[in-house]
Amino acid sequence: MLSYLSPNTQWVLLSTLILGIAAGMIGCLAYWKRQSLMSDALSHAALPGVVIAFALTGVKSLPVLVLGAAISSLLGALLIQGIRSSSRIKEDTAMGIILSVFFGFGIMMLTIVSRSAGGSQSGLDGFIFGQAASMVRQDVYTMLIMAALVILVVFAGFKEWKLFLFDPDFAKGMGLSGKWMNSLYLSVLVLVIVIGIQAVGVILMAALLIIPSVSARYWSSSFRSMVICSGVFGGAAGMTGSLLSSIGNGWPTGPFVVLASSAIFLVSLIFGAEKGLLVQALQLRRQKKRHHSNSWQHKTVHVKEAE
Amino acid sequence: MSYAMWILLTASLVGLSCGIVGALLILRRMAMMADAISHSVLLGIVVAYLITRELSGIHMLIGAVIAGLLTAVLVQWFHSRGVQKDASIGVVFTTMFAIGVVLIATKVGNAHLDTKHALMGEITFIPWEKVQVPWLGEIPQATLTLSAVLLLVVFIILIFYKEWKITSFDPALAASLGIPVVLMHYIFMSMVSLTTVAAFDAVGAIMVVAMLITPAASAYLWTDRLSIMMMLSALFGVVSAIMGYYIAVWLDTSISGSMAFATGLVFLLSFLFSPKHGLASRLHYRSAAADS
Repeated sequence: MLSYLSPNTQWVLLSTLILGIAAGMIGCLAYWKRQSLMSDALSHAALPGVVIAFALTGVKSLPVLVLGAAISSLLGALLIQGIRSSSRIKEDTAMGIILSVFFGFGIMMLTIVSRSAGGSQSGLDGFIFGQAASMVRQDVYTMLIMAALVILVVFAGFKEWKLFLFDPDFAKGMGLSGKWMNSLYLSVLVLVIVIGIQAVGVILMAALLIIPSVSARYWSSSFRSMVICSGVFGGAAGMTGSLLSSIGNGWPTGPFVVLASSAIFLVSLIFGAEKGLLVQALQLRRQKKRHHSNSWQHKTVHVKEAE
Repeated sequence: MSYAMWILLTASLVGLSCGIVGALLILRRMAMMADAISHSVLLGIVVAYLITRELSGIHMLIGAVIAGLLTAVLVQWFHSRGVQKDASIGVVFTTMFAIGVVLIATKVGNAHLDTKHALMGEITFIPWEKVQVPWLGEIPQATLTLSAVLLLVVFIILIFYKEWKITSFDPALAASLGIPVVLMHYIFMSMVSLTTVAAFDAVGAIMVVAMLITPAASAYLWTDRLSIMMMLSALFGVVSAIMGYYIAVWLDTSISGSMAFATGLVFLLSFLFSPKHGLASRLHYRSAAADS
């Protein structure tokens, strides 16, 4: 089926596939760091960076925009950290503030920039809901390289990640610097968010991090299998979503990617081997049966004794 | 009234109602839940539109409240089944929002519902769609809806003021006193959805979050009393709305974006200079303590 598609579409599919894999894997880290919504805040916070980078350079080249996005989302992360640690405002409120204010600022800048860019329209609107079809070969290469880098970082330090997430004190005892790991974690998180914004968009990028990892929980009993499962789900969702959105003219990619991953989530929720609804219902029934037959035996024993 | 006055009035009403609800919201640690609801009401609005083919008043409100409650119930359900709260919020609202956007992008794109509108609102169109109201004359539809929602919200908060206070600060105590905590939670979620959807037309899905969370967080830095916090938060909401409008006029840019930006400015000032919890006063006390 893939051979019917134009070469450019094939490249785009490949890039959303690998993006999904990277996002799924990083999503697991974020899940166990209990920071799923942090990725949402950071992806919204990337918008002003993208727009300002475009306004400064005047070209829509992915590496430049990614750099802008990375700077503004890191700034967002630092501000969230700063607000939380130096005032009595809680983390979720801080995330809400940064998310909405940065996004509002981004929309402000976007309106100004697209007005001055004139009728040609810079195509920056695509960054809100994602427009995978608008990617050129150069963008695809950039994305592939960075996503591969992210995947490599996760695999290369797999043991360290596990320690860092599940037993930070022990990790410290082993001489693993928490500060260093934290910065590395934040860097890969931001990296995967910013490379995804052109294909999936700033608003729904977080979904590609969150949903596959939650779905993977229903199939895995260890962290390793969760990361792998989540990567596979993310990749499948990324590819299916961009394929679906390429059917219609100008359909945004992001929402379709999210729908694809939600479909995977729904299937996992019901049929998942670990804690899936169906498995749990069956277990409950079996237990009930056993309990029933047990108590029935007890009764007959009692009756016999009474006789 | 002139065109600009209607816009300012509508924006101020958004600031007022979001500010009041927002104060309770951040005390209940539900800031991200507001983010979730503001996204998922989009689905409610779109479905209501698909069913009734009307983009006005009551249908939208009902659709939005259902969507908001559905979000709250689903998040709670996933959470009770062992998914982390953060992650379950993330799963639910992104999915509902994505369905809404897909419906708009594919099926109902012909209407005045479009994805851009959903995100940023179109406050500039509000003064054009007026309805006749007895005694008051012609009032824009959105302004009327907002006023009604504001009255309702203020009414619900005032009659159960003590209950809101106790459930927000000490849910365990509230439960032991026999206050229906769960019911209050869902009433509150409905209030958030109502406010969100009423403000939706004016400022769009994402800016509602700014209006709900940021003025309330700023107010939280100035006071320790709930009543004062609510009033301050409403005041900050109105100030940011008006400031945002003038910034937008000055730079000729998106009004809702500028309003969100203005809430950020108010927060920045509060964060730096609030007498009690501001950065400046903290540093001052720290150096004073070091001197003595």
